[in-house]
Amino acid sequence: MKHPFSVMGRVLVWASEVIVMGILTLLVGYILIKGIPYITPELFAWEYNSENVSMMPAIINTVMMIALTLLIAVPVGIGSAIYLVEYAKRGSRLVKVVRTTTETLSGIPSIVYGLFGHLIFVIALHFNLSMVSGILTLAIMILPTIMRTTEEALKSVPDSYREGSFGLGAGRLRTVFRVILPSAIPGILSGVILAIGRIVGETAALIYTAGTVAGIPATLMNSGRTLAVHMYALLSEGLYMDQAYATAVILLIMVALINALSSFAAKKLQGGNHG
Amino acid sequence: MMHGVFLLTACISIVAVVLICVFLAANGIPAMQEIGVFHFLLGKTWKPGNDLYGIFPMIIGSIYVTAGAIVIGVPIGLMCAIFMARFCPAGLYKILKPAVDLLAGIPSIVYGFFGLVVIVPIMQKLTGTGGKNVLTASIMLGIMILPTIISVSESAIRAVDNSYYEGALALGATHERSVFKVVFPAANSGVIAGVILGIGRAIGEAMAVNMVAGNQPVIPGSLLSGVRTLTSNIVLEMGYAAELHREALIATAVVLFVFIMMINLSFSAVKRREKE
Repeated sequence: MKHPFSVMGRVLVWASEVIVMGILTLLVGYILIKGIPYITPELFAWEYNSENVSMMPAIINTVMMIALTLLIAVPVGIGSAIYLVEYAKRGSRLVKVVRTTTETLSGIPSIVYGLFGHLIFVIALHFNLSMVSGILTLAIMILPTIMRTTEEALKSVPDSYREGSFGLGAGRLRTVFRVILPSAIPGILSGVILAIGRIVGETAALIYTAGTVAGIPATLMNSGRTLAVHMYALLSEGLYMDQAYATAVILLIMVALINALSSFAAKKLQGGNHG
Repeated sequence: MMHGVFLLTACISIVAVVLICVFLAANGIPAMQEIGVFHFLLGKTWKPGNDLYGIFPMIIGSIYVTAGAIVIGVPIGLMCAIFMARFCPAGLYKILKPAVDLLAGIPSIVYGFFGLVVIVPIMQKLTGTGGKNVLTASIMLGIMILPTIISVSESAIRAVDNSYYEGALALGATHERSVFKVVFPAANSGVIAGVILGIGRAIGEAMAVNMVAGNQPVIPGSLLSGVRTLTSNIVLEMGYAAELHREALIATAVVLFVFIMMINLSFSAVKRREKE
């Protein structure tokens, strides 16, 4: 006979797992069932108007936002990770300060980023509600993600690589770019994918920085909304519930794709360690 | 030369934190002084039209829904983490792990939408009220912090040396007793770190909460009263606020920022203990 404590424990953990998976199934299932019938060709028209409520401009804005944010945050993130791991003396005070600030940045809620971005980029620097303001705000927001994952990736490169490269007469810079970075790429990539996920899902940091204009902005100094903000706008207008369901479906598909990519990169990463 | 470039990039995160603090403080603290720190933090009435800016209801609101999220999310999340680390068959794990990752990746606006169209109507039927209240917001946030708690605690439990588990088995404990009484307590600082991260996420969440909480700026009298959090206060009114009203919202963000810093500090304290 099994101990009652053990039976209870087993029941509890199984029940919790069933609850969590039940919630996920309900959420995804409900949105798919309600949303898929409303995914129509008009929703993907190039121009947005109140007739078609097209999400295509928002999708293009999202892609633009991702590309440009990464363009800023990835070099900075990789650069600082290189400094922390390859250049700085272990235990130096600067390293400690950078660590603390990175941790602080990663804990700040997105609405606070939104407010900060609004104050500095939209108002103080006169960028107005624009893609540029949104991009700069998001770049600061995803910086800690890129830094942390790159740092981990650089640390996991064995010291023998460095010693081998130095032994062959390469300088520190050449060693970093030719030997260490290439072997750290899968790890860096997983950080980039995480960051993309965060950009795709972001609303609070963008409403008051990039704004909520529905079309594709003519220049980066104009406002434009990403898909998540598009969904927020549809919901707050309250007129387009069906289209909001359809937008939620597309957002879910994007997230699923990003996650699939990320687990693919993770597998690559594990494969790389053996090779 | 490149040494300098790398150093410069490393300093950008420091600059960012300094700028965030300076800009929030410079815009928020004068408002606090103008309103009066006491009136601002402990004032019970938020009526921007009458120049009354008391955020006490929102502070309480944020604490209530975060506490609610902990009560709902933490037990389920921890049990789930134990399941995934120690009970789950390998085949099932291949499905569950990506499922939890998906839960983590779902945008908060989608969570909020789900809350609005599914949880709120259920709450209306069950209670005969408007459906947007403390309980709804707590359930919403409880769900949203699940993936954070599950994945951090799961890796903490996995990191416990297997000799603990085997030792307990050798002493005659069942699998369940070994896991619950030996392995899980050994993982406690990692688990606490996960819970703190979850709390940070709950208190900072803005979009999903403001869709299901009702947003009345009064101290909720019961679980079924509407509630407004610090975050929703900013999201709701920033669009049209001007002058002192606007600065009062920035001051709200300062208060939120202080909360987050306290949570961060306890997080790094726990992390440090884990390392030792």
